[in-house]
Amino acid sequence: MNYHWNWGIFFEPNPMGTGNYLDMLLSGLVLTLKTGALAWVIALITGSLVGVMRTLPSKGANWFGFAYVEFFRNMPLLVQLFLWFFVLPELLPKAAGTWLKQLPNAPFWTAAIGIGFFMSARVAVQLQAGIGSLPRGQKMAATALGLTTVQAYRYVLLPMAFRIILPPLTSEFLNTIKNTAVAITIGLLELTGQARSMQEFSFQVFEAFTAATILYLLVNAVVVTAMRFLERWVAIPGYITGK
Amino acid sequence: MFANLDFDVIRRALPYLFYEGMTFTLTLTALAALGGLVFGTALALMRLSGYKILGRIAGVYVDFMRSLPLVLVIFWFYFLVPYIGQWVTGASRPISVGAFASSLITFIMFEAAYFSEIMRAGIQSISRGQPAAASALGLTYAQTMRYVVLPQAFRNMLPVLITQTIVLFQDTSLVYVLSITDFLGAASKVAQRDGRLVEMYLFAAVVYFTISCIASFGVRRLQARIAIIR
Repeated sequence: MNYHWNWGIFFEPNPMGTGNYLDMLLSGLVLTLKTGALAWVIALITGSLVGVMRTLPSKGANWFGFAYVEFFRNMPLLVQLFLWFFVLPELLPKAAGTWLKQLPNAPFWTAAIGIGFFMSARVAVQLQAGIGSLPRGQKMAATALGLTTVQAYRYVLLPMAFRIILPPLTSEFLNTIKNTAVAITIGLLELTGQARSMQEFSFQVFEAFTAATILYLLVNAVVVTAMRFLERWVAIPGYITGK
Repeated sequence: MFANLDFDVIRRALPYLFYEGMTFTLTLTALAALGGLVFGTALALMRLSGYKILGRIAGVYVDFMRSLPLVLVIFWFYFLVPYIGQWVTGASRPISVGAFASSLITFIMFEAAYFSEIMRAGIQSISRGQPAAASALGLTYAQTMRYVVLPQAFRNMLPVLITQTIVLFQDTSLVYVLSITDFLGAASKVAQRDGRLVEMYLFAAVVYFTISCIASFGVRRLQARIAIIR
């Protein structure tokens, strides 16, 4: 391979004048984590609401949950980001659209919100499956104790369901972090974006992408370890997830 | 709200969108799904084989691919494939492979990791008695897999495999980062040329949504049919 390797490239100053190339990648990593975290909060909250709606006895709530999930699942994430970023400001009233377009950090907010809603559909499906996997007796017992529907969900069904779906939720969390890379298309300079611009400035393709790859693997390792601790911490003795 | 939209721009772009763009997207999806399935099944068999080292290699590969964002993998292969080509053919400089080959290789390698997990679950869903009965009949390991285990595993996993293919169909839109003219790429090129972002992106969203919706509706029906038989 007649490729000119240069691993020292990371310590050479970057063309933006913000330190060396490694600083550039690390700032990308921080942005990846920030976007991923905000998207995950949105995904978890909306996803839980929609997931619960899909299990309620109300037909209307079921239908809404179904439509919501289908809407966000059947469009590529990239297209959804384009809709939020390019299309939404044009469809709003003129003043609101202009305000939206001039928002500082627009790619960050768009990416976090877009990815958040995209992932919320997946969280909803997981939660629905989790609630569905609980024995019917749990709901009945809650009702027999005189709990209202809200109380039954709050104190019985959701604590159980969330524990059951913790492993798949970990994968969804990792997917959320990975999906932030799609935001490169709306100009967000997260980790993949920074690796790409490092490659364009320095022509050191493989060093740049190797570094990004290692950083993603590290993030994965940290998340998986943390979630394993969380799983052990919330495990109920004698139940599915317990020992 | 929609008053100043010019939907005629879509009508004029239709041939370009579908002949160039959608053909690319669908060909890429179909070939990548097929290649990913073959390679993924091989990976699954490696993981379930008695040879620890093979299982370890396949496991590392799958975990590695699943830890990386697809966009990064697309970039990796875009730059890596010419060098691999040079290495394989012994040429003196990196060979150019073109957008289609490069993205096809990327998606086969990437999706294989996901398909392999599906196939692994499928193979593990076959009861132990089946391979035992097959070896009692005198079939070799390869024959057991070929005639007894894999056909049933494929069948059990068909809905999940198709669902993954729908995800793949949506994910192919990410070749946008290489400025390739897939369906979204074509829509985006028209959008930029004519300054009609709203119309083109809305139309692209509707098309992706319709195709994926019909396909997932098909999966649900298939699931129901398979459920009756078992």
